Amino acid sequence: MYEQISANKWKSGLMMVFFVAFVVGIGYVIGLAWGGTSHPQYAFIGLGIAVVIALTMSLVSYYRSDKVALRVSGAAPVEQYMNDPNWRALAIRFDNAVEGLAIAAGLPKPAPYVIYDEAPNAFATGRNPDHSAIAVTTGLLTMMNDQELQGVIAHEMSHVKNYDILIMTMTIVLVGTVILMSDIFLRTFWFGGDSDSDSDSGEFGIIMLVVAIVFAILAPIIAQLIKLAIGRKREYLADANGALLTRYPPGLANALGKIGGDNRQLRRANKATAHMYIAQPLKTEKGNKGGRLNSLFDTHPPIEDRIRRLNEMAGSFQEVQPGQVPV
Amino acid sequence: MVWVIVAIVAVVVLLAAFIAMLFNRLVRFRNRVENAWHQIDVQLNRRADLIPNVVETVKGYASHERETFEAVTQARSAIMNAKSVGESAQADGMMTQALKSLFAVAEAYPDLKANQNFLALQEELAGTENKIAYARQFYNDSVMAYDIARQKFPANMIAGMFNFKEQREYFEPETAAARELPKVSFTAPSSPEPPAPTAPPAQ
Repeated sequence: MYEQISANKWKSGLMMVFFVAFVVGIGYVIGLAWGGTSHPQYAFIGLGIAVVIALTMSLVSYYRSDKVALRVSGAAPVEQYMNDPNWRALAIRFDNAVEGLAIAAGLPKPAPYVIYDEAPNAFATGRNPDHSAIAVTTGLLTMMNDQELQGVIAHEMSHVKNYDILIMTMTIVLVGTVILMSDIFLRTFWFGGDSDSDSDSGEFGIIMLVVAIVFAILAPIIAQLIKLAIGRKREYLADANGALLTRYPPGLANALGKIGGDNRQLRRANKATAHMYIAQPLKTEKGNKGGRLNSLFDTHPPIEDRIRRLNEMAGSFQEVQPGQVPV
Repeated sequence: MVWVIVAIVAVVVLLAAFIAMLFNRLVRFRNRVENAWHQIDVQLNRRADLIPNVVETVKGYASHERETFEAVTQARSAIMNAKSVGESAQADGMMTQALKSLFAVAEAYPDLKANQNFLALQEELAGTENKIAYARQFYNDSVMAYDIARQKFPANMIAGMFNFKEQREYFEPETAAARELPKVSFTAPSSPEPPAPTAPPAQ
């Protein structure tokens, strides 16, 4: 548990360093290519701009990315739902579950948020347990019974406790920036550039173009790999720790079953935020060619496998204390 | 000669650092137990605060169920006056039992069951009940972690030297009756899955 936390903090720092190096490198190359041989000093302008961007984005990703994540997913504070008579009961139940599981995990209560969407899903965000939030969709609130809801929230609570939220949420802003940068990079070469450099740069220009294309192709792949590295194992871990919090693995297992059986697409999810959710929000079409490759890029382990592991866990929880199973 | 002194000083410094580390670890675990206990206390008091309202509401419909009210009120004051973990646990068990019979009584009064105020109270009690269960779980886990930490070698020597001897009580229901899973329908009164609204909330 504690190794997991320090590993996550360490990885977050490392990711930031890589991110800064990557952005600065790209900035330098863009400047170099733009100036061509006639204006080599442009490289340093590019470098300077890139340093500013990289540092700003790193700070933003640390301090603000939870707000970005909530905004992007369209989440509203639960209080808004509590004031609506139609939603009141569900909102209170959700709020109670968050508070209860925060107590069980010995953490401060994360801010509960609700996303108006019929597809059942949930995520946790924030930079540490003192600044954290748990968001669920209205679909999840209506579909799940008490035990299943608590299972899902326990899973998210483990992400909060493990500091998974820090690395997962920072990824959104950092990876988003990398993808944006590689886009700009491509455009610089299709439309921009010093007109002189076309004629007199010659070989140098071609090399730069090749480097540019390689960078542009690599960037999204690197971004994907980062997400993979941080994504799949921690889902199993959060499942296990979540089951430990509720002392009732079937709750989460049933919830995952319901989520997996639902084919609706989460409207506000996209590739940059997909890894945050409890289960893959973007449904991949079956029978797709290159299914193997797709599964390689999945942000989550297969749901059947997660359910199987939870059911195996259930065997070790035979002795259930009175009152500990939320009725 | 100088080297011997340096070596001795180094060993002493390392030993002191090691002891300090173990000591701080024990302090951390002990504080977690304190904090966990505080969480239970908060939830128990929150539930106790709801009781007068519940009793008043039920009295309005079933004034003659005197014994039931007395049991609940007694359990409430037991919780308020509990001094130790054991006493609190016992009072909590009493309260769970008393509420169980109170809500069993309420079953016989359809008007009461339809009362909005009563339903809201029931819902709030259910939420608190759940939080007590989780607080209890966290407390017992913390006590266990503390016990393990202070009984392990070499931390047990530090625990002996300083003030970590005191055994913390587990929060456990005392009576066999309280061990039973309360059958009270504390959950959403109508159906386990409330009807799904279809509109987003008003801003």
